[in-house]
Amino acid sequence: MDGPVSAPGAAPAEEANRRAADGSDLVARLRRICGDEHVLTDHFQLRTYESDGLLQYRSVPRAAVLPGSAEEVAAVVRACHRAGVPWVARGSGSGLSGGALPVQEGVLIVLTRLRRILEVDLPNQRVVCEPGVTNLAITAAVAPSHFFPPDPSSQIVCSIGGNVAENSGGAHCFKYGFTTHYVCGLEVVLPDGTVVQLGGKELDVPGYDLHGVFVGSEGTLGVATRITVRVIPSPESVRTLVAFFDSPAHAGHAVSAIVAAGVVPGAIEMMDRLSIDASEQMAHAGWPKDAGAALLVELDGPESECEARFDEVRRLCDEAGAAGVVVPRDAAQRDVFWKMRKAAFPAMGRISPHYYVQDGVIPRTRLPEVLEQIDALSREYDLRVGNVFHAGDGNLHPLVCYDGEKPGDAQRAEELAGEIVLACVQLGGSITGEHGIGVDKKRYMPKMFAEPDLAAFQKLRCAFDPDGLANPGKVMPTPRLCGEVPGPYRQHPLERAGLAERF
Amino acid sequence: MEQASLQRVAPGSAEEAAEILREAGQGRRHVRLRGAGTKLGWGRPGLPVDLELSTERLDAILEHNEGDLTAVVEAGVTLERARETFARAGQMLPLDPPDGGGATIGGVLATADSGPLRHRHHGARDLVLGVRVALPDGTVARAGSKVIKNVAGYDLGKLMTGAYGTLGLVAEISLRLHPLPLQTVTAVVRGAAPGLVAGAASKLAHRPVEAEALDVRWEDGAGAVLARFGGASAGDQARAALDTLTAAGLEGEIVDDDDELWDRQREAQRAPDGIVVRVSTTQHGVGDALAAAHHAGGRAVGRAALGLVWIALPQQAGAGAVTALRERLAPARCVVLDAPAAVREAVDPWGEDDRAKLLLMRRVKERFDPHRTCNPGIFAGGI
Repeated sequence: MDGPVSAPGAAPAEEANRRAADGSDLVARLRRICGDEHVLTDHFQLRTYESDGLLQYRSVPRAAVLPGSAEEVAAVVRACHRAGVPWVARGSGSGLSGGALPVQEGVLIVLTRLRRILEVDLPNQRVVCEPGVTNLAITAAVAPSHFFPPDPSSQIVCSIGGNVAENSGGAHCFKYGFTTHYVCGLEVVLPDGTVVQLGGKELDVPGYDLHGVFVGSEGTLGVATRITVRVIPSPESVRTLVAFFDSPAHAGHAVSAIVAAGVVPGAIEMMDRLSIDASEQMAHAGWPKDAGAALLVELDGPESECEARFDEVRRLCDEAGAAGVVVPRDAAQRDVFWKMRKAAFPAMGRISPHYYVQDGVIPRTRLPEVLEQIDALSREYDLRVGNVFHAGDGNLHPLVCYDGEKPGDAQRAEELAGEIVLACVQLGGSITGEHGIGVDKKRYMPKMFAEPDLAAFQKLRCAFDPDGLANPGKVMPTPRLCGEVPGPYRQHPLERAGLAERF
Repeated sequence: MEQASLQRVAPGSAEEAAEILREAGQGRRHVRLRGAGTKLGWGRPGLPVDLELSTERLDAILEHNEGDLTAVVEAGVTLERARETFARAGQMLPLDPPDGGGATIGGVLATADSGPLRHRHHGARDLVLGVRVALPDGTVARAGSKVIKNVAGYDLGKLMTGAYGTLGLVAEISLRLHPLPLQTVTAVVRGAAPGLVAGAASKLAHRPVEAEALDVRWEDGAGAVLARFGGASAGDQARAALDTLTAAGLEGEIVDDDDELWDRQREAQRAPDGIVVRVSTTQHGVGDALAAAHHAGGRAVGRAALGLVWIALPQQAGAGAVTALRERLAPARCVVLDAPAAVREAVDPWGEDDRAKLLLMRRVKERFDPHRTCNPGIFAGGI
C-alpha cells in the first residue's frame, strides 16, 4: 500500500546530524513523552490500527502512540519533525476514505485518550473539547436545551477531531450546515511541533480564516488538540413522515417541489428499493415491499412553523405521486424509521457478502440523469447497486454489492463505483460530499481539478507543512515536494536512509 | 490614499487578471485590487501602489440554478443586482452588509463584511461554495465546487474570504442561495440599560426560535432588541418572541412593515467620516460592548447571539478613543473599519496578533504572493 511517499526536505547529512544531536532513537523519545504503555511497536498490537473504516486499505505503522494531553501531542509531533519521520493522526478510525491509513514506517498518533470536554459554556453557546470526544458526546453535554448539528451516521463513535479533519456532514446538514459552520476555534499543533491558536469562541477574529481552512484538510495541515464549537438551541418541535414512491426519480420530483416551495426540512433522505429491502432485515419498520423508493422527511423548528409546513409537505408528496405517506405514531416508531436510514450501510451486509460505499454529489436537479447512469452501469457490470441519498443536497451514497470470493468482483465493484463519481463530476458535482479524499479518491482528483488548482492546494499545504510530514500520501493525487522546482525523480531521504535504523 | 499617477486596469477575465498580477510581480510593482471602492479605506494604510486592478468588467451572473439554489457570479457583480436577480425566483443570497452604493460581491467577500441575516444564514465564508482565483503567479485556480456539499480539496474559498485581496483576486464565486421568506415580521423592544437589552436578546437566543435576524442597538442613552421572523408562521413566532422579551423586562411591539428598521441596523455599521470599530466578543460580552459605546458617547448595533458589535465613535473621537475602547473591552478583539487615515496610521486597525498565528499567516502569504504584489501592507500584521 502507500509507503512513505512524501518527502521531508532535509538532506541526508542534515538528517544524520539531527539524529546525532538527538542522541537517541525516536521510539525511546516517544516513550519518554507518553509513557511506555502508550507507545505500541508490537506488530500484533499495531494491526488494530492498520485500517480505518475503509477496510480494503491496510498499512501497519512502525509505531503507534497514544498521547494523553495536548502537550504530549505537540511533543510527539516535534519529535517526529526532528527525526524527519512522517506521521498520521487518527481519531476513532471510522473514516470512509482511508484518511487515517497509517504510513508504513511512520508514526500513528492515536487521539482516543484525549476525550475530555474541557468547557461547556452554555451562556455563550460554545463547547471546548479535546479531539477524541465523540460527536454525540458534545450534544449529550448540552442536551436537552441545545445540540451540535453535524450528525454523521457514525456519531456514536466518530470523534470531533475526525469530524474536523473531514468536515463531516450528516442527515441534518441541508438545513443546519456542516462541521465547518460550527467550528469557531482550534488549537493546532503544526507539523513542526509549534502550537497555534486559530479563531476562538468569538467570530471574525482578525487575520486569515485559518481555522476555516483547517476544517476538511484531512489531517494534512496539523493536529487539532483543542476544538471550540458552537451549539444551538434544540428545535421545539420535530415532525417526521415517510412517503413511498414508484421510483427514486419520482421521489426526486417530490424533493424538488418541497424545496421550490421554500421549505427547508431538517432532513430529507431517500432510499431505493434495494436499500429498503436490506434495512428491513435489520430495522423491521414494516415499509411496503413493493416501494421503489422511500423519502424520509423531517421538519424541525418552532411548533407553529412545523405545523404550518407539515401538511404542505404531505400534499406535495401526494401531488408528486406518492403511493402512500406514513407518519410515525410515536417517538419509538420515529426512531425505527431513522434506524432504517442510519443502518443502510451495515444492512447491505445482510443481502450481499461485500459492498463498497460510494460518496458523490450532484446538483440536486440532475438526480434523474445520474440514476439512469447508475442503472446502466449496474447492468453493464452485472453488479447490484443500492442507493441512499441525502436528497436535499444531492449527496449520493451508492452501495455497490459484490462477492469478494469471486475472482475480479471486488475490482469490478471498485471500477463501477469509480464510474459513478466520474458521472457526478460530469454532471457538475463532486467526487465526495462528506467522506473525504483520503487515499481512496486521490486518483480522481485530476478529474475534478486541473493542474493549477492542485498547485494552489499545494501552496497552502506547504505553508503549513513544508517538510511533508503530516499525513503524506493523502488528498493530492501525486506526491509533491515543497519549495523545489519539478525535476527528475529523487529518492526520498527516508527511503535512502532506511527508516528502520531510526527507530 | 489616492495617487495621481495611478494606472488603472480592468481585466475582462480571470486569466487576464492573473497575467496582470504576474507581470506586476515580475516588475516588483504593487497592485491594489478594487471592486466598487466602498471599503477601500479599511485596513492599514498599506504600501504605495503602482497599479489599480478593478473588477468592473467582471460583472456577469454566470449561472443561477434555481432548482439547486445555487449561483455562480463574477466578482464585480453588485449585491444589489444579484439580490434583484435571485428575488425574481423567490430566492436570496443572505448576505446583507451595509451597502452605501454598488458594493460588489467580490468586495464583500474580500472583507468578509456581513449584516443582520448572518444570524440565521452564517457569514460570507459559509455561503461560498467555490471560487476561481487569479493568483500572483499568473495561474487561475479553482477550489470548491458548484454544489452545496463538497469536501474535495482544500477550502481556498475560506482562505480568500476576509483576506482583503492579499492572496490574489477572487474572480468568480459559486454561492449557496436560500428561499426568500414570503413575509417578515419583527418584534422590537426597548430598554434603558445595556445589560438589560443584551440580556433579553441572549435569553431569546437560548430559546428554540428560528429568527432570521436578532440584533441589538444602542443610541442616545437607549437601547433596543430587534428579532425578525420569516416563514409561514412569522407573525406567531414574532409574538412568542415578544412575550419572551417583555418577560425580561422590556417593552415593545410587533412591526409588520419592518424593512426600514433593518436598513437602519445595517447603515449603523458604517460612518463614512467617522470611526467604526467592530468588536468580536462572546454573546455574554455584548452588554459590555453596548456599555462601552455609551461610555464613549457613541452608538452601536450588534448581532446579539453572535457576539459581533459595531461601535461608531462620536465625530470628535480620535485614535485615543480606539485605544480606550480596546483597553476597556479586552480580551475582545476590536478591529477599526471606517476611520480617517490619521487614525489608521496612529493605531493598528487590526490590533496585536498572536505571534505563532502571524508567522503562519506570513508563510501563507509567501506561498501565494511572494513578491507582495496584491494589496501589500493593508492586512493584519502588515501582510
